[in-house]
Amino acid sequence: MAQLSYLSPSSVDDAVKALSGASSRALSGGTDLLVQVRSGRAKPDQIVDLKRIPGLIGIRTENGGFVIGSATCGAMLSEHPTLSTVWPGIVEAANLIGSTQIQGRASLAGNLCNASPAADSVPALIAARATCVIAGPAGTREAAVETIVTGPGKTSLAAGEFVVAFKLPPRGLKASDAYLRMIPRTEMDIAIAGAAVSLALDADGVCTSAFVALGAVAPTALLVAEAGQALIGSRLETGALTHMEEAVRAACQPISDKRGTADYRTKIAAVLAQRAAVIAWNRAKEQA
Amino acid sequence: MNKPVKPEDTGAILKVVGTRPIRPDGVEKVTGRAAYGADLHLPGMLIGKIKRSPHAHARIISIDTRKALALPGVKAVMTSADMPDLAAEHYEAGESASNLRDLSANVMARGKVLYHGHAIAAVAATSNAIADQALDLIEIVYETLPHVIDVEEAMAPGAPILHDQMFTAGLGETPTKASNIATKHRLDRGDLAAGFGAADIIVETRYSSAAVHQGYIEPHACVASYAADGQTQVWSSSQGHFVIRGLCAKLLKMRFSDVRVIPAEIGGGFGGKTTVYLEPLALVLSQKSGHPVKMVMTREEVFRATGPTSASVVTVKMGAKLDGTITAAQVDLKFQAGAFAGSPVGAAVMTSLACYDVANFEVTGWDVVTNSPKVAAYRAPGAPNAALGVECAVDELAEKLGIDPMTMREKNAVRNGVRAPYGPVYKNIGYVETLEAIKSHPHMSIPLGPNQGRGIAAGFWFNIGGESTVNVSINEDGTAIVSTGSPDIGGSRASMAMMAAEVLGIGVEQVRPIVADTASIGFSTVTGGSRTTFATGMAVVQAAEKLVADMKRRAAETWGVEIDQVVWQDGAAHCLQAGKAPKGALTLAALAGSAGKTGGPIATVVALNAQGAGPGFGVHVCDVEVDPETGHVTVLRYTAAQDVGKAIHPAYVEGQIQGGVAQGIGWALNEEYVFSTGGIMENAGFLDYRVPVASDLPMIDAVMVEVPNPAHPYGAKGVGEVPIVPPLAALAIAVRHATGVRMHDLPLSPSKIRAAIDAKAG
Amino acid sequence: MSKQRTAAIVNGDPVEFLSDAGQTLLDVLRDELHLTGSKEGCGSGDCGSCSVIVDGRLVCSCLMLAAEVEGCRVQTIEGLSTGSTLHPLQQKFLDHAALQCGFCTPGILMASKALLDANPDPTESEARYWLAGNLCRCTGYDKIIKAVLDAAAELRQDRKSA
Repeated sequence: MAQLSYLSPSSVDDAVKALSGASSRALSGGTDLLVQVRSGRAKPDQIVDLKRIPGLIGIRTENGGFVIGSATCGAMLSEHPTLSTVWPGIVEAANLIGSTQIQGRASLAGNLCNASPAADSVPALIAARATCVIAGPAGTREAAVETIVTGPGKTSLAAGEFVVAFKLPPRGLKASDAYLRMIPRTEMDIAIAGAAVSLALDADGVCTSAFVALGAVAPTALLVAEAGQALIGSRLETGALTHMEEAVRAACQPISDKRGTADYRTKIAAVLAQRAAVIAWNRAKEQA
Repeated sequence: MNKPVKPEDTGAILKVVGTRPIRPDGVEKVTGRAAYGADLHLPGMLIGKIKRSPHAHARIISIDTRKALALPGVKAVMTSADMPDLAAEHYEAGESASNLRDLSANVMARGKVLYHGHAIAAVAATSNAIADQALDLIEIVYETLPHVIDVEEAMAPGAPILHDQMFTAGLGETPTKASNIATKHRLDRGDLAAGFGAADIIVETRYSSAAVHQGYIEPHACVASYAADGQTQVWSSSQGHFVIRGLCAKLLKMRFSDVRVIPAEIGGGFGGKTTVYLEPLALVLSQKSGHPVKMVMTREEVFRATGPTSASVVTVKMGAKLDGTITAAQVDLKFQAGAFAGSPVGAAVMTSLACYDVANFEVTGWDVVTNSPKVAAYRAPGAPNAALGVECAVDELAEKLGIDPMTMREKNAVRNGVRAPYGPVYKNIGYVETLEAIKSHPHMSIPLGPNQGRGIAAGFWFNIGGESTVNVSINEDGTAIVSTGSPDIGGSRASMAMMAAEVLGIGVEQVRPIVADTASIGFSTVTGGSRTTFATGMAVVQAAEKLVADMKRRAAETWGVEIDQVVWQDGAAHCLQAGKAPKGALTLAALAGSAGKTGGPIATVVALNAQGAGPGFGVHVCDVEVDPETGHVTVLRYTAAQDVGKAIHPAYVEGQIQGGVAQGIGWALNEEYVFSTGGIMENAGFLDYRVPVASDLPMIDAVMVEVPNPAHPYGAKGVGEVPIVPPLAALAIAVRHATGVRMHDLPLSPSKIRAAIDAKAG
Repeated sequence: MSKQRTAAIVNGDPVEFLSDAGQTLLDVLRDELHLTGSKEGCGSGDCGSCSVIVDGRLVCSCLMLAAEVEGCRVQTIEGLSTGSTLHPLQQKFLDHAALQCGFCTPGILMASKALLDANPDPTESEARYWLAGNLCRCTGYDKIIKAVLDAAAELRQDRKSA
């Protein structure tokens, strides 16, 4: 680390310039980056701290939807007065990342751009149809969250690009979401499998839209279109849930590693999706 | 030679022992002032770091350190060439005897590297960063060899051989072909065939567990300072600084008097810090560089290169009559020793049937070397592995016979007068009382819901006595210093002060206990083996008794009476003869203040080898709930009863029980060393080596059963190790009752449980 | 590479220190400021022994670069007591024998303080989940949780009578 330098730009433009170097890494919470630098997995020349750029930390609303600064820490998400009422699944997913200490630092952008297949916040953001606002040398662009991660440790971001904010769409009535993950202990573990469900109901509790996304069962988080479709038009009766579970299992392409076997991950993904769907449905029904 | 000492008869009401005063080192620890091994900073200090083998098994062809030494900021580089060649001398130290040549080769590889992470060279430099760069500049040529880690694979013919000169001992004749089996152990009694012949039901079963690490939160750390005249000082977080001294002196062929080891506070040990990894290297680097050298392991190094305990396979064949009497037991234990011989399989052989009065048994143990880190002692070494197999076998038998598992244990329980499997006749044991404590505990009447199950298991540990030296002195104002050589890992320092205060008849706040370094006090062996409160405590009591006798003499002289006219009570000498003591009783403070007039300072030393340590028994009951779809185990409640003799400081005894239970739960549910096909540990960090976190555990109800050991002045028995013995089986049995499946291979991870449930259903 | 200068407030006192870009807050606390109460148990944010409070947030100091605390208020274990008066959490840990080797204790105390600052009346379960990032290998957590809940009760009582 003798050659390492640290920069803390206070504007998006300065950050874009600093990140254009091949060996520069963006820093928000640091809970992945510092571990990787210490272990030698990452060897940047320059660490670019994004936290002093105005707007990167904070939650606001815009056009009826939330905009979350990309370096906002997980703890701030749960402290927000209304975010967890509207998007309980996103908040609970983000709050599952690591310990209380990690929550004081870890950001959605870091969790996404670290590009671990098991990242906890990603399935919920995908199911929510969230987008990223990305700044780069060519200006600012917006992209769906599911387009960012292309493989383990790999993103579609070009040199100099970084995520500035996450945008959540406006939320109708009788809509909610949920995220569940399977870990061997009760806390602290990387997910063996994760499932997020976001759905909306009509006045009679019939599902009018549903999105199911899975984590840790493929090289990237998966949006399983057929799984969501299986729920539409139902009140989550057994038949609909069974179809959803079949679609989930069919979509899984997990590996066997020290955290779990492929077979187990597939089975559990379906269990979690079923349970998350029921939770989301019950939450949605409660919405006024 | 010691004799059982009875405290001065004060009407047998204890005033201090059995209470819960605040520990004397407590404020230091809650304010962050306590100094652990890595906290020391000396002027001119260098940082030492170790280069480690990237291969699980390889011959060392060449090591070139020239570029590393040439790097600015590097002050010394070493390899095994800088350490003396040793004979294979046996040295009784720590919790297991070491072969010094093996220990030297473990500390720095010689000829071969035997596990991924094996130390092969070391540097001392002016900063961490430079030390890291220097390691990268050391050029090593290896000839890689096939490796073996699984214990049964290592025993199989054709397995890669780690040591060409290892010929299995204990087979009768010495074999001619080298093997990975270092030793075969055997214990037997009676007539096994007849015993099985008499059985109505026989169970044959097999259990296994993976290698698990002690998991102390403080990585190994030391600072060594070697002066030009050969006098050295070592600050080390260890469980026994005298053993550290001895091992360093033996490994480096130094005089013991030239190695002064100063005990830093220690952040957990559990047996794993009774040996050396860094200290000899830090001494050599300090000698070569002329500067003090600090060496601190990273967490990764702790996992890769310090002793876990053995992975093991335990097969049990057990026969019983319809009424539950066990007629025969045959146990076979295969233990992974890591790179050098010395797994705790011998102790496992001795303890495996220790709770059971069985007339016919045969227990065999195999100590097997493997290309994994050399195992180190871990809390009741060997016993938990054995108890997993035996307790589960007993549960299987009970289930087949339709007998309540508690009744099964009572029926076959060892009692006073029974000969233990490993030889001595049990006396003053509290196993039956401990069984009763669980049987009558409210836990047993709590109803269980769906997917919930209850497991009961028992456990045993010998506990040892051993050598301790203690100084007790009375200060001029009547306060006291109790100085021992026993590092405090669980609160023993508090207990030493309490026992001294009890004998002296003063308040515990007037007694300052300290842990003295190797130059300031005579020898004590390790804080381990559950010995400290027993053995060092015995020495403390004897020393305090000697001082009381001395003070009675001084009082008698002062009053001009015979010594039998003086009694010691409530911290003062009282004269029984009327009219002889015009100023009334002579307090400790008064006697101390005038000590110069009655013979000089009031101080004494006791050095003993404590005999008569009493074994301990534990009986645990655990309730779990298993999610049948995910296989996730939740521990709902846990009660651990233990035969503790006498709880000197009940809160610290409870703490030992709770801590041992937590480690056992981790061992049972989630902890394991995972190796890649290349022999590299894949989970060398606390993220994927999963010790229990606060949300994983319920409150742990520790029930202290007091059946005193008369060999100790207050009846204490060792308590630290027993609690880790029953949980492995208790959890496995509870999962059986929650799910209907019997899990045979620990850890009981969710994916294995789900797979077992599916297999049963399918 | 020349070192960088950072100014922060540590335990109420202004400090300035020099550090390499790669040094963590934990490195600087221990090696530059000689506040060795925060411990390194793992260096990867998994054990919590290095826990400190930065601008009111509980964090692992091993996962922050030293330079990141520019202008921040940092609280470490050394700042928990007031002069020689222990914080109720510290006292309750002693009263309940909630420590054995004491290595995890500074981190757990800082985490517990952050818990009670955020939630003065936690349930046992809330306390356990909040403290899940602080590993203890000696105690099995039982007495730690009891001490934390007892301290919470005392602090609530103090607030009522204040």
